[in-house]
Amino acid sequence: MTAPTLAVRHRLAERGIDPQLLLLVPATVFVVALFVYPFCYGIAVSLQPAQGGALAAYRTFFSDAYQRDTITTTLAIALPAALFNVLAAVPIAYRMRGRFRGKRLLTTVLVVPITLGTVLTAEGLLNFLGPTGWFNRVLIFLKVTDQPVTLTHNYWGVFFSLIITGFPFAFLLVLSYLSGIDPSLERAAATLGAGWVQRFFRITLPLLAPGLATTFCLTFVLAFSVFPSAILVGDPSGSTRVISIAAYEAAYVRYDYAGASAAAIVMGAVELLVISVVLGLRSLLYTGSTAGGKG
Amino acid sequence: MTTFETLRLDGVTRRFAGADALAGLDLEIRRGEFIALLGPSGCGKSTALNCLAGLLPLSDGSIWRDGTRLDTLPPERRGFGMVFQNYALFPHMSVRKNVSFGLKMRGVARAEIRRRTDEAIRLVHLEEHAAKLPGQLSGGQQQRVAIARAVVVEPSLVLMDEPLSNLDAKLRLEMRTEIRRLHQNLGLTTVYVTHDQEEALSMADRLVVLRAGRVQQIGTPEEVHNRPANRHVADFLGFRNLLPGIAGGGSVKINNWQVSGTPVGAVAEGDPVVAAIRPEDVVLGGGSGIEVTVEVVEYHGREIAAEARTVDGLPLHLRTSERLAPGDKVAVAFPPERLLVFPA
Repeated sequence: MTAPTLAVRHRLAERGIDPQLLLLVPATVFVVALFVYPFCYGIAVSLQPAQGGALAAYRTFFSDAYQRDTITTTLAIALPAALFNVLAAVPIAYRMRGRFRGKRLLTTVLVVPITLGTVLTAEGLLNFLGPTGWFNRVLIFLKVTDQPVTLTHNYWGVFFSLIITGFPFAFLLVLSYLSGIDPSLERAAATLGAGWVQRFFRITLPLLAPGLATTFCLTFVLAFSVFPSAILVGDPSGSTRVISIAAYEAAYVRYDYAGASAAAIVMGAVELLVISVVLGLRSLLYTGSTAGGKG
Repeated sequence: MTTFETLRLDGVTRRFAGADALAGLDLEIRRGEFIALLGPSGCGKSTALNCLAGLLPLSDGSIWRDGTRLDTLPPERRGFGMVFQNYALFPHMSVRKNVSFGLKMRGVARAEIRRRTDEAIRLVHLEEHAAKLPGQLSGGQQQRVAIARAVVVEPSLVLMDEPLSNLDAKLRLEMRTEIRRLHQNLGLTTVYVTHDQEEALSMADRLVVLRAGRVQQIGTPEEVHNRPANRHVADFLGFRNLLPGIAGGGSVKINNWQVSGTPVGAVAEGDPVVAAIRPEDVVLGGGSGIEVTVEVVEYHGREIAAEARTVDGLPLHLRTSERLAPGDKVAVAFPPERLLVFPA
């Protein structure tokens, strides 16, 4: 490096400009081209319906109960599924936070469903939970019930599918948040007389809570955009007519691109709303270091 | 709080993957005593402390508080206080909440918690910082919170795991006095783990010197300092000169010269031995006829520390108030009562 360029660099640094930030340009271009532009394009399309004013597509969406109710239907599936995934991940990850024999194997088993894909999961669910599937055959054999329990092509089918695909994400995230908490904190709490319940609720949980909020947001977004399983193992014209189906129908059944874009924008807005509420609550929590001191 | 007359460790052993981290530690701790577990890293001193705290299960042996067996109890039911090396302060709780945590867990009444927490915070001079989070405190302040948190519950035993090792030299000296003062004022029985011989000698009533999981010596600071039980203890306690030699009736033959020393342990004529002497005990001058050449000189204020070499190439550390310079040739002598002769 020659002296003049070094001097330029120093002068820039004094004004808070770091030329190395230019390396971010490709990533920024990527995000703008593949996310920001389509998003803005979608908004623009949603504001140019074939008939009516600029907001006609939105007015139609919200005035038609068949469209409007997809919001609550989707929330009714996505919120409980995301909550269940996070809450189920906590005790399992908590038990697995230490080192033990077979940890890698167990983690692999728990995470494998990520690789399956929705369609394969749906097929498995239909075979396993369907009216003549293993689950119902066992129930009938054990005389728990004399009629097959309906767990597919309804709300529960989609719910189970979201848990199978969403749990591994939640589990991996919670496990990594947990392993970031200094284990000596719990040991300190133990020497101060705290049993495991107190240690968990007073030390671990408060330090883990911000991570749980983030995990919830991610699994919620995954669940909220549910589409294949809502059709394959759900009841796509009734109890699991989620918002993505409404958008799909508008676009490819009615060829109403403005309506489809409006549905997609509404979908994004609802997600944003839920995430801001959760992150707002998260900001009330302690979010600093999870180490116990120096060293 | 449960108090006791003696706490007894009976053959306490802990193995990791088949290797003994701590082998058969026998120790009786009397009420009010300050015990230091001293040894190099990996000697088993922290293992011993964790076994005592209940954070590590024993592989063998038992721990007794008077007539009660302790080693089968979980840490939360032993009633000990512990100060961790990294302090392990709860980062999401204020200083006050950290200190009162133990009292809350013990179900102490609210007014009582308030009073005792205030008192403990005052004891470690953190009144102005009571509402702060640990992350807003300096290392020394965090350390004091950790001590207050451990002593506020008036534990029957306080365990300290190298609590000063993360502090700078000046603060370390201050906190050393502070801990000793707390010990005297509160009469707390303390087990203190350290690798710093000076810290152990200056603070403890009794020292337990460990090496490779085994006890080498148990004694008062004076006993351990003046009469190390073996060459390893001597090496660890500042006998920087460990000279190999051969024992001869009442004296040692080191290379070509004969010196007289004090045998420690079974030393028979003709045995290979190690003659140990501290740098500060080496006397300059004298008619012993051992001549050394000064090689390196370190300035230590009133004294200098020098590394010298004998004619036959043996390195020798010495401390003196005389001004030496590299290249100087001086005669040295070893006072026989200060030259300890150990079996090699």
